Amino acid sequence: MTLEAKHVSFSIQDQRILEEVSVQIKAKQFVGLIGPNGSGKSTLLKNMYRLLKPESGTVLLNEQDILKQSSKIIAKKLAAVSQDTPVLFDFNVRDLVSMGRTPHKKLFEMDNKDDFAIVNEALAQTGITHLETRSFSSLSGGEKKRVMVARALAQQAQVLILDEPTNHLDIQHQLQLMDLIQTLHLTVVAALHDLNMAAMYCDYIYVLQQGRIVHYGTPEEVLTPKLLKDVFGVFADIQTHPLTGKPYLIYLSAF
Amino acid sequence: MNKKFMVFAITLVLLLIVSMTLAVMIGSVSITPLYVWKVIFSKIPIFSNLIEGDWSRSQEIIIWQIRVPRVMLAAIVGAGLAVAGAAVQALVRNSIADPYILGISSGATVGATAVIILGAFSFLGIYALSIAAFLGSFIAMVLVFLLSRVGGRISIFRLLLAGMAVSFILSAISNFMLMMSKEEGGIKAVMYWMLGSLAGAKWGNIFIPAIIFVIVFVLLWLHYRQLNLLLLGEEAAVTLGVHLQQFRIQLIVLVSLLTGVLVAVSGSIGFVGLIIPHIVRLLVGSNYKYVIPISALLGAVFLVWADAIARVLIAPEEMPIGIITAFCGGPFFIWLLRRNNYSFGEGD
Repeated sequence: MTLEAKHVSFSIQDQRILEEVSVQIKAKQFVGLIGPNGSGKSTLLKNMYRLLKPESGTVLLNEQDILKQSSKIIAKKLAAVSQDTPVLFDFNVRDLVSMGRTPHKKLFEMDNKDDFAIVNEALAQTGITHLETRSFSSLSGGEKKRVMVARALAQQAQVLILDEPTNHLDIQHQLQLMDLIQTLHLTVVAALHDLNMAAMYCDYIYVLQQGRIVHYGTPEEVLTPKLLKDVFGVFADIQTHPLTGKPYLIYLSAF
Repeated sequence: MNKKFMVFAITLVLLLIVSMTLAVMIGSVSITPLYVWKVIFSKIPIFSNLIEGDWSRSQEIIIWQIRVPRVMLAAIVGAGLAVAGAAVQALVRNSIADPYILGISSGATVGATAVIILGAFSFLGIYALSIAAFLGSFIAMVLVFLLSRVGGRISIFRLLLAGMAVSFILSAISNFMLMMSKEEGGIKAVMYWMLGSLAGAKWGNIFIPAIIFVIVFVLLWLHYRQLNLLLLGEEAAVTLGVHLQQFRIQLIVLVSLLTGVLVAVSGSIGFVGLIIPHIVRLLVGSNYKYVIPISALLGAVFLVWADAIARVLIAPEEMPIGIITAFCGGPFFIWLLRRNNYSFGEGD
């Protein structure tokens, strides 16, 4: 399954947030979206999971306009984990993860054994089985994040949109989560702040700056000292790491 | 959780049956529970031949014509308001909302005041009050609904503000009519109506509320997943396949219809729609799979008792039921507020 944004523009009031942004995620590709704060990463993702409607341009899921299909059909194919997940009313962890099954359920259908097994699997994959009866509001930031990821997994979508998925996680869980997502072989687009993480896991990277795509390519092509200076305003040394064979960044100083 | 839910559900069903029986027994003429059930079963075609009619005609009238419809109406209104309250709280994602937030009660009050003070709709006879009250709430709801639409979308913030604004305007109209009225009796009657009363219950006017309640209840319960997602917020609802605009409109229509019909027969009984969902969340958590049915049961039990107390407290006069619900509900709510471990939905 593929996901594509074509010439997407978006404004909030008169402020242009996205300007003719096009990104393409091929089937089973892990695509990273990087860029400084306020460059439009989250807004682009929100346009891609239908929370926002593009002012112009289209978002295509498997070559079909997502706004021309029912919410339920899209939700079976596309799951999203947003940046912050405030839960005002209190649910326990299992209830929350079970909500991922919603798009698969008909009006009169109860949760059955399959749903139960899928939820168990999602809990296990994200390492939160032991938290299943805990109330969400009593969890730490990192645990909450993993619940949200588990919910997206329970949705069993083939396309996953992640807005800073490793935010709030400790290093062990960051790596676990990224490894997990990689082994699922889904079509993934993720906004990432940690450029070393992006270098390690992404097949392809798009760079956003002030609402425009300024660069794209493989991590090796994109992550260069010049780009870091131009887009992020930092000096960095970039080596190929002998063990991973991936670009490895060491920040030297801010501009 | 399922087990806990079943325990609560069964306990409340039994409690409701016992409460309703007791409520039929209580009154100026007290009646034994045996007669209560004998008379009720004698009205059911299959059993009627098996039961010996050893009660007096006046007992039968008191039980069947006066008290049973009233207790049933109390249960329906209590259950309906509680469910409507739970649904509105999900709709606006705020636990301080109640079913009257959409302007329904003030609209109904205008209709009722017009009937009582000005004698409007007199051609409708004894149903004038209910029909006028329903019309009033319907107009209020349509106004609020239209005002809350921005570019074809329902804005929840505007919905709340429009509800308040429409309520103020309609209350002003009711108050104006009251101020211009010379009749003491009329003013008292309007007061009475505003505080709510089930004294008007008879078989003829409980069918519509009952049917509407059952329909709305079933539809809401079937949509418990969507209601849960609304509670989580727009983002969760959209990404999990809820057609947000459509679902919100459906909810507003369902809640308004139910509340309008209930207010038309009982006046605007306060506090039930606000407090019952809170207690229920305290008991079974926020999952609407459980919140909807338990709210209905608890709301029914609560209002059956509130009405029974309203009837006997200052007998032979009747206390408006709204005074009872607020007087019992208020202190409980304050106690709830003081508990540190209860989340009102403001996050952590």
